[in-house]
Amino acid sequence: MSTEERAVVVPDLCLVVLIGVSGSGKSTFARRHFAATQVLSSDVCRGLVADDENDQSATPEAFALLHHIAGVRLRGGRLTVVDATNVKAEDRASLVRLAREHDVLPVAIVLDVPEGECLARNAERPDRDIAAGVIRRQRADLRRGLRGLAREGFRKVHVLDGTEEIDRAVITYEKQYNDRREDTGPFDVIGDVHGCRAELEELLGELGYELRRDERGRPVDAEHPAGRRAVFVGDLVDRGPDAPGVLRLVMGMVGAGHALCVPGNHENKLVRALRGRNVQITHGLERTLAQLETEDADFRREVEEFCHGLVSHYVLDGGALVVAHAGLKESLQGRSSARVRSFALYGETTGETDEFGLPVRYPWATEYRGRAMVLYGHTPVPTPEWVNNTLCLDTGCVFGGRLTALRYPERELVSVPAAQTYYEPARPFLPEGDAAPAAVPGRRDDVLDVDDVLGKRVVETSLAGRVTVREENAAAAIEVMSRFAVAPEQLVYLPPTMSPSATSTRPGLLEHPAEAFAYYRGEGVAEVVCQEKHMGSRAVALVRRDGSGVLHTRTGRSFFGADLTAAFLTRLSTAAEKAGLFEELGTDRLLLDAELLPWSAKAGDLIRNQYAAVGAAARTALPAAVDALRQAADRGLDVRELLDRQERRVADAGAFTEVYRRYCWPTEGLDGVSFAPFQLLATAGATHSDRPHAWHLALADRLAAADPELVRGTRSLSVDVTDPTSEAAATAWWEEMTAQGGEGMVVKPAANLTRGRRGVVQPGLKVRGREYLRLIYGLDYTEPQHLERLRERSLGRKRGLALREYALGIEALERLARGEPAWRVHECVFAVLALESEPVDPRL
Amino acid sequence: MLLTLSTTHVPATDLGFLLHKNPARAQQTSVSTGTAHVFYPEADEHRCTVALLLEVDPIGLVRTARAGGTEGAALAQYVNDRPYAASSLLSVALGKVFSSARRGVSKERPELVDVALPLEVHIPALSCSGGPEMVHRFFAPLGWRVEATAVPLDDTRPEWGDSRYVELRLSGELRVADALNHLYVALPVLDDAKHYWVDADEIEKLLRAGSGWLAAHPERDLITRRYLRHRASLTRRAIERLAEVDDAEALDDALAPPVAAVGGPADGDVEEAADRPVPLALQRHGAVLAALRSAGAQRVIDLGCGAGALLPALLADRTFTEILGVDVSARALEVAARRLRLDRLPERQQARIRLLQSGLTYTDARLRGYDAAVLMEVIEHLDLDRLPALEHAVFGAAVPTTVVVTTPNVEFNVRYESLPAGAFRHRDHRFEWTRQQFADWAGTVGERYGYAVRLLGVGDEDPVVGTPSQMAVFTRGATTEVAA
Repeated sequence: MSTEERAVVVPDLCLVVLIGVSGSGKSTFARRHFAATQVLSSDVCRGLVADDENDQSATPEAFALLHHIAGVRLRGGRLTVVDATNVKAEDRASLVRLAREHDVLPVAIVLDVPEGECLARNAERPDRDIAAGVIRRQRADLRRGLRGLAREGFRKVHVLDGTEEIDRAVITYEKQYNDRREDTGPFDVIGDVHGCRAELEELLGELGYELRRDERGRPVDAEHPAGRRAVFVGDLVDRGPDAPGVLRLVMGMVGAGHALCVPGNHENKLVRALRGRNVQITHGLERTLAQLETEDADFRREVEEFCHGLVSHYVLDGGALVVAHAGLKESLQGRSSARVRSFALYGETTGETDEFGLPVRYPWATEYRGRAMVLYGHTPVPTPEWVNNTLCLDTGCVFGGRLTALRYPERELVSVPAAQTYYEPARPFLPEGDAAPAAVPGRRDDVLDVDDVLGKRVVETSLAGRVTVREENAAAAIEVMSRFAVAPEQLVYLPPTMSPSATSTRPGLLEHPAEAFAYYRGEGVAEVVCQEKHMGSRAVALVRRDGSGVLHTRTGRSFFGADLTAAFLTRLSTAAEKAGLFEELGTDRLLLDAELLPWSAKAGDLIRNQYAAVGAAARTALPAAVDALRQAADRGLDVRELLDRQERRVADAGAFTEVYRRYCWPTEGLDGVSFAPFQLLATAGATHSDRPHAWHLALADRLAAADPELVRGTRSLSVDVTDPTSEAAATAWWEEMTAQGGEGMVVKPAANLTRGRRGVVQPGLKVRGREYLRLIYGLDYTEPQHLERLRERSLGRKRGLALREYALGIEALERLARGEPAWRVHECVFAVLALESEPVDPRL
Repeated sequence: MLLTLSTTHVPATDLGFLLHKNPARAQQTSVSTGTAHVFYPEADEHRCTVALLLEVDPIGLVRTARAGGTEGAALAQYVNDRPYAASSLLSVALGKVFSSARRGVSKERPELVDVALPLEVHIPALSCSGGPEMVHRFFAPLGWRVEATAVPLDDTRPEWGDSRYVELRLSGELRVADALNHLYVALPVLDDAKHYWVDADEIEKLLRAGSGWLAAHPERDLITRRYLRHRASLTRRAIERLAEVDDAEALDDALAPPVAAVGGPADGDVEEAADRPVPLALQRHGAVLAALRSAGAQRVIDLGCGAGALLPALLADRTFTEILGVDVSARALEVAARRLRLDRLPERQQARIRLLQSGLTYTDARLRGYDAAVLMEVIEHLDLDRLPALEHAVFGAAVPTTVVVTTPNVEFNVRYESLPAGAFRHRDHRFEWTRQQFADWAGTVGERYGYAVRLLGVGDEDPVVGTPSQMAVFTRGATTEVAA
């Protein structure tokens, strides 16, 4: 008896179908070789749906459940083992279908055990009573189907003959051909060559490769001194002048390990033509075949073998890069099926043809949301254009365009022009004048899908890790975003909420600078900056050098109508130009975080209908109450205490009225409007959250100097929180400002984005003035009995929210600077808006 | 907030017996929202005045509401007029403090209970939606002489105009119980704002307080409606919080009826008023249904279905085998589901209709593969720069075979007498198009996405300005014949 291991090789992602009669030991086999969670047993499913593993009447429902779970697992890319008899062809057919639906390979493992043994095992099991006839029938079915398994669609079939061989079996896994995740590059990914050998030589030269030539001077290999490798996206042949030359070079590079290559549809067709299949000799194939005629038979055979052996696509660099000729949507990446190959070679078509008779391609890239960068060719475009982290590198060299490569991971494009037009395209691909490229009508990269925003969402941020958005908050946000916000391409940032300082215990006060200083000291931050808090409305301005842009509110609404917005942006852009900001920062745009004054400019209705109204009611009702109480007191009734209280409330109502009046003044057009920027959020391709606040405020001052009527600076004071004198000066400054009715100040780490003991520290804490807080906590919140209870406020949620929104805002800016797809930026911006609808105490 | 009630009945101090409150001392009663003080500023033989002063605890007010899940309630709850202006809170206090008097019970002066006495009421700040005129409409039919003066918002800003508060003085000869019951109902009704106390037995309370006078009151319907409304859903609150983040009072309501004039919603619908006998809305429904039937559509999406204007008509026609109502507002869908009684439909009917939240400027795979999509009075609620996104989402991504779009014809607006020149029909409209503008848009979209376009008028045609509404029917894959 042999003790040698019996190797059973299966792909690392596949659907394993165990086949064997009752009692053949399938469950034991599965238990021994696979994790319990990988095995789906029909018996267990019968138990789940009918409380009885032997209830044969539950079989249809049990299999429905088994198929469902298997589908969920396969969709998630998990190897799955089906433990059922599977002796009938129709049972196996449904499993093969399931594997194909999820683009994984079906694998059969047959446990072929003699009937007698099965009967004996069944007899040992008290829970099971299976007639001998049943076993016999099952075995007959099994034997009948055994030879046809490959025909049924199983890509690997392992027949284990008898108990002895079964016991010796050892499962070994093999990677799929397309799985080269361990290969991290760097790569130079090269677009469709189509027989343009000269341009390919030139491009490889540009990329730094050194060509090796054979004795006849023909290039047969190219090697990069730094070990970079080329990746060809396919369509090496057809239409162009020297397909054999291109093949010789690429085959040499691939053979030498200097390049990878995926097949294009043209290679696919070439193989079939070389094998004598009946194919239409069109679309440039005639040229390749003619060119190959002059080569010898060995070379033609090598070409046939090379093209036939190409793997549909590659998954590279830990899954961060996918190369496929026509691109590949996320659900097919790293999978194996005829469908994967078809998509990789031809892309997805809608089944329609366009006015030139060419198939209309489904714009899969506009919907692409995968993590992997996808590089592809297939459809010539005038210039490569990133669409959701995918890039088409076919720039129509053979049609007189260019041959293009992308350096990975650098994301740098390198291209050489075609020496001439070698072939006339069926459809013009280079734009005539300003005509749009024909590939996809309308919008591409900025298409947003509800799946990008709706439902419970988790957004990955570099500052705060995973930030979760609840479903109901997303539901509220989508309405605001859809109906009121400016267009998403203009809306790249929403400001985060800000927490107040911890509650002060000083008499008559709810907030005081001391707590803000203490917070930063505790976080190990020594230097902070106190910035005057302008009482207006938070505003974000995106201003471009040409005067275009947007000015929006905290929820993304446009501040003004179109005309006033245009006037505002022109003024701001002129000021920035005058201050030399565009020049100095090397940018054509500025994204500014600011406060827009007066408060009444945006909140006019709110001030009138709420604040002024409450004031009016108080100023009318309270004096009347005082009068009535005085009369009663004159009659000798004991209402002294009540009367005193009403008299104090009259004074509070007056103070309240003074506060809101301070933030209201009339505006006419831009006259009276004042813009107070305090942070430069982003410029073209850059964020500035790590620059000290002093830098930001200096820029703001220069803007203010350039247009003092429109732009105002922000007063600030630098504080060393370990120096009581420094703190006292800042406190005095705060007291002075707030005594005059000023809103207060914001205390920020001087260095801006700062990490403390537990991650990022609060980017700012507001310390609001005593009088201002009447607008927030009520007219007479300063009454001791009110104040005492108000001090019980809890800041935890607000702080948490402020940090999460801050992280999301920074994330949006960074994604924007990296040139990431619109949906990736929008996801963060949307999440900020959604979090803003979280229920937290709005007075904080 | 303060309310005084005086009488010149002799002896005036009998008022104390009728109210069960001794004029010789100040009393206080604890109520759910604070403390109610009762005292008499004057009390002699010829004139007696009782004052009810409710000291609201503003912080306690919010904390009580928190039990109902309003953590994160709108800021308006914290700085609001409740502690000052007479409203439902005062009504509750009045109900409690003078409960026997309201029922017409007096141990000491039973003979006076049913006698009309000379009475005066003074409320220095009464919260009133509709201003002095509404006060007159409420009290005058009840036999009161009414003196109502609007309180200005801010004397230093005369341009801001009047506040919603009215200084009210009433005088007349009435039974004390009636006077109290009038006030008990009047305060919340005139205030017409959020009650903090609407609960299931409000109807009972209203009937009791209104017995003997409400049934015959000319404004009975208005009073009842106002008394019983104002409830908020959870989604509504989330939306309110967002409005507040933006310093706005409330988001403009796309569900609100069209405006009659800038500045306020009309009681009726401008369009309806001008379009009797067959209302335009019905004509529009008819036209849309006709277009769907003519296209042979069975599976249809109503994009921007709102509270479900069209859905019942679709549901009523069995040729539509699958109906999908889509709106960006979760609140609108809640209303639609309630109106359609979705949870109570028979199973077969229920299977035909689904409601779905989605934003029309976002693509949505769930909307793919339908026979027809309706955009009835939807596009004009989108800013013009968002339209391309909607076009792509509908014509490029959802790709229904037929798309029916209706929108107002702005040329017709001159025929609405109540609509000021240049104003749109609805406050949320971002644009309204002429026939030419609509035709140009439809043509461009049709060409870009491969749809043939037919244009139709909706409503009765005016020889000069056309029909009030206009419709475009897009058919996929056909080509538009160039109109002569």
